[in-house]
Amino acid sequence: MWGGGDYTPASLTCLVSGSGQTTCTPSLPPACWGMCGHPIPSQDGTSSLTLYHIGNCGLLGSRPRLLLVLPSQSLPLTPAGRQCYDLLVIGGGSGGLACAKEAAQLGKKVAVVDYVEPSPRGTRWGLGGTCVNVGCIPKKLMHQAALLGGMIHDASHYGWKVAQPPHDWGKMAEAVQNHVKSLNWGHRVQLQDRKVKYFNFKASFVNPHMVCGVSKGGEETLLSADHIVIATGGRPRYPTHIEGALEYGITSDDIFWLKESPGKTLVVGASYVALECAGFLTGLGLDTTVMIRSVPLRAFDQQMASLVTEHMAVHGTRILRGCTPLRVERLSDGRLQVIWVDLASDKKDTGTFDTVLWAVGRVPETRGLNLEKAGVRTNPNTQKILVDAQEATSVPHIYAIGDVAEGRPELTPTAIMAGRLLAQRLCSRSSDLMDYDNVPTTVFTPLEYGCVGLSEEEAVARHGEERVEVYHAYYKPLEFVVPERDASQCYIKMVCLREPPQLVLGLHFLGPNAGEVTQGFALGIKCGASYQHVMRTVGIHPTCAEEVAKLRISKRSGLDPTVTGC
Amino acid sequence: MPIKHRVQRKSLKTSHTVSSPLVTPQAHQSGVLQKLLQEDPTYDYDLIVIGGGSGGLSCAQEAAALGRRVMVLDLVVPSPQGTSWGVAGTCVNVGCVPKKLMHQAALLGQALTDSRKFGWECSQQVKHNWETMTEAIQKHVGSLNRSYQRALREKAVAYVNSYGEFVEHHKIKATNGKGQETYYTAAKFVIATGERPRYLGIQGDKEYCITSDDFFSLPYCPGATLVVGASSVALECAGFLAGLGLEVTVMVSSQLLRGFDQEMAEKVASSMQQLGVRFLRKFVPVEVQQLEKGSPGKLKVVAKSTEGTEIIEGLYNTVLLAIGRDSCTKKIGLEKIGVKVNEKTGKIPVNDVEQSSVPYVYAVGDVVEGQPELTPVAVQAGRLLARRLFGGRLEKCDYINAPTVVFTPLEYGCCGYAEEKAVEVYRKENLEVYHTLFWPLEWTVACRDSNTCYAKIICSKFDNDRVIGFHVLGPKAGEITQGFAAAMKCGLTKQLLDDTIGIHPTCAQVFTTLETTKSSGLDITQKGC
Repeated sequence: MWGGGDYTPASLTCLVSGSGQTTCTPSLPPACWGMCGHPIPSQDGTSSLTLYHIGNCGLLGSRPRLLLVLPSQSLPLTPAGRQCYDLLVIGGGSGGLACAKEAAQLGKKVAVVDYVEPSPRGTRWGLGGTCVNVGCIPKKLMHQAALLGGMIHDASHYGWKVAQPPHDWGKMAEAVQNHVKSLNWGHRVQLQDRKVKYFNFKASFVNPHMVCGVSKGGEETLLSADHIVIATGGRPRYPTHIEGALEYGITSDDIFWLKESPGKTLVVGASYVALECAGFLTGLGLDTTVMIRSVPLRAFDQQMASLVTEHMAVHGTRILRGCTPLRVERLSDGRLQVIWVDLASDKKDTGTFDTVLWAVGRVPETRGLNLEKAGVRTNPNTQKILVDAQEATSVPHIYAIGDVAEGRPELTPTAIMAGRLLAQRLCSRSSDLMDYDNVPTTVFTPLEYGCVGLSEEEAVARHGEERVEVYHAYYKPLEFVVPERDASQCYIKMVCLREPPQLVLGLHFLGPNAGEVTQGFALGIKCGASYQHVMRTVGIHPTCAEEVAKLRISKRSGLDPTVTGC
Repeated sequence: MPIKHRVQRKSLKTSHTVSSPLVTPQAHQSGVLQKLLQEDPTYDYDLIVIGGGSGGLSCAQEAAALGRRVMVLDLVVPSPQGTSWGVAGTCVNVGCVPKKLMHQAALLGQALTDSRKFGWECSQQVKHNWETMTEAIQKHVGSLNRSYQRALREKAVAYVNSYGEFVEHHKIKATNGKGQETYYTAAKFVIATGERPRYLGIQGDKEYCITSDDFFSLPYCPGATLVVGASSVALECAGFLAGLGLEVTVMVSSQLLRGFDQEMAEKVASSMQQLGVRFLRKFVPVEVQQLEKGSPGKLKVVAKSTEGTEIIEGLYNTVLLAIGRDSCTKKIGLEKIGVKVNEKTGKIPVNDVEQSSVPYVYAVGDVVEGQPELTPVAVQAGRLLARRLFGGRLEKCDYINAPTVVFTPLEYGCCGYAEEKAVEVYRKENLEVYHTLFWPLEWTVACRDSNTCYAKIICSKFDNDRVIGFHVLGPKAGEITQGFAAAMKCGLTKQLLDDTIGIHPTCAQVFTTLETTKSSGLDITQKGC
């Protein structure tokens, strides 16, 4: 643990008055030092106040240093102040909390600092980070609400005497938000149970071992720790170059917390966030348009990506390809007018919407952290923190996990696992590194897309077309037949090495419950499954997942990949 | 000298023919070469398959694709209630397919309830119409029958809608629905006659009770139903009837889901009880009386305790027997050619290449002794058998770790050992069982119970914590289990589960974060709404 009194020049004396005024002899230039927190009582009855030397001011050398001062007994005492921890985690999202809880369980003294800066629309939320509050959880629940709309439609074909009812956004949103709030509470309780100190502070580095936390009321506390983990995640990007974007648009930070229906919505972006939001909005019966500048789901297999958007288009989402917005204006009736340009024809077009949702990417939350004070390096292009395989930043005792770290998949379970493994390493419980290969994921579009391993493009790029065999099938989920649902986009492909035993490189599944289907196969790939292994697995009849174990048609054969019969 | 020369020339010629790059591959591809080499012109067919279900058809089609002359004999003997159906056997007509569709209908009923919590303004009481559902399902079954017939025609399989019965070696009598008899011979036979539901052998059972053979095409709503039995069929039917809003009672003589993990079986039953299914344990029916005719009518069931002398009576509209299935091996003349049948089970013992005690007679599917009664197993076994018989291939069907799912309202998926079986084989001290209850995200908003869904794996401690049993009770268990079964084929271990990233938020991800061992006795309950 870092001990106090790192550097106390013998010649320096400071006096702190009852009102908090500090005078030092010799006097320190204001640019050279700072104060953080309030005087705290020490065991001998005196109080201490922490001063820090910012560095590079010509005094005391160039290193940031800590100065400890013991002032008079007459100081006002407040409970806050400088606190020392074995591990300090900045950011109370999935990764940060997992790391903090694991380290605390292994006996470390741990604190978590978390603060949600309200969105430009003023949306704020509790502990748990993006996933819980404005990501996976509310997203999947709204996706489920949309799926239920489809099921109500199906139900009439299955004998239920029901007509398609209207949807009440407010009721859904309240239910979703209540669940999220219960999770916020659950996270607080878990931290308490594991004796992790939680601060609702906005944190910034003071020096490599010290972080200053500012509360909502502006109160400051200085926290120091042997190890610091940055897990501040990211926030949606606003295309500020577009006039009206910031004033009138919302992002995924807001959509799940809207109390009223967003109405006719324009979703701008081609990310999975864009497609998922557009998907459930359409499913809830809203007039929804997605505007995509170039390709959808860029990092994903492109054949699958186009099937995803094709399915959405067939099911009522309007998709504008090759277009980009120029301007958003508010009309006198309160609606939003968006002017966009078709990039191919350079033709301008206009549309009126109730809501414009930007889903054009995310920005890592590194700007307010004063990373330069700690010497933590970021990628100047992405603003993400550079990390090594140990998750260590350019400063060895400072780490970064989750969406804020450069080159990591922006996924909750990866952040959680990275956080836990990091805590185990810090506590010398294990030397296991996080394996970022073959991370499975699912895009919860109306027709879900689950994948693990390489895309076809990536497999060909790595191994060459001649060495890759792709098995594929168009299948029809049994549940689709009775309501006569269109299954044109229900498609599976397995990308394998061509040479026996045909190691599986990637699996791509488009269909209902893709998340549930993909998980087990992700394990299979982790275990080094070959095409032969999968083919020798007995199917579970009748499921969609069994179609994976029945993939017999290779793309190379040119045969019709449509599944018929049982 | 001249003689030697002649011999040499002959051998050269022979080797030239066989290795010709132009002639042989073509002949091989079209199957002509193999026919020339193997075909026995003294028989009408190379292969006759008895039984047109999943296993029989896959075998027949594969053999035909390999260029063989193949016949399928398939005739559905009507049930005692007079129900009959088309080609493709139990799975398509009176099994998996209609079962899963009725299960889906019941799940949709649950979805209607959930949907209100998710903002859909559905009316509180939605009625279900049995006829609409059954018609839709039968329409799909009919289209599958036709597509199978089409596939058989396209592959030039001779499909004969007749009952097959051996009369002497290599010779079979085919009797059609009108009683006309025809005789066929073949070099090889495959028995794939499957099974049919068993009756109790009590007064009134064949007259008044129905079985799964009748159930899926029942033209009227069965009303208050007594399901007799504890098989997966019994629980599945009881489950979706309850889901459709009917009053359901299940009468169980002893164990639930025999052969399955008993902890899971009890959890399945209690999840059904939550849905309103009533269980009468340790009773067997002794008499069924008809009180009123009708669609449905009214039946009185007298049942006797299996433990004492207690007698109970109950009134039901429908009694569905699901007490087990008997192999269709009795009336097909097996004794005439000496094919051994297990007296007790009626099943046909085969070796690891599906061969019966008579070398040219094979068996696949549910009639085979000691193999899982599953459609995909039969399909795989049939296909591989045809390839071995006629395609020069060697691959055998791998029956190890066949995954199974019971489509009860809360689905139960499993692969590998049941816990009690694992204890028997490995001994308790060599096992570690990891488990947890879990709460699907979709259930939170729907305010469904947070401690119903359950995940369990059984690991062999001294074999690298290899996963030897996988069990999941929860929504979409069927979809979840498949991939894990593939992973178990590749030697899944607990470490690999821990190392695999979960897909968030899904139910399946629960298996990547299993921490609590059963032996620790720690609490696994989840906090509720």
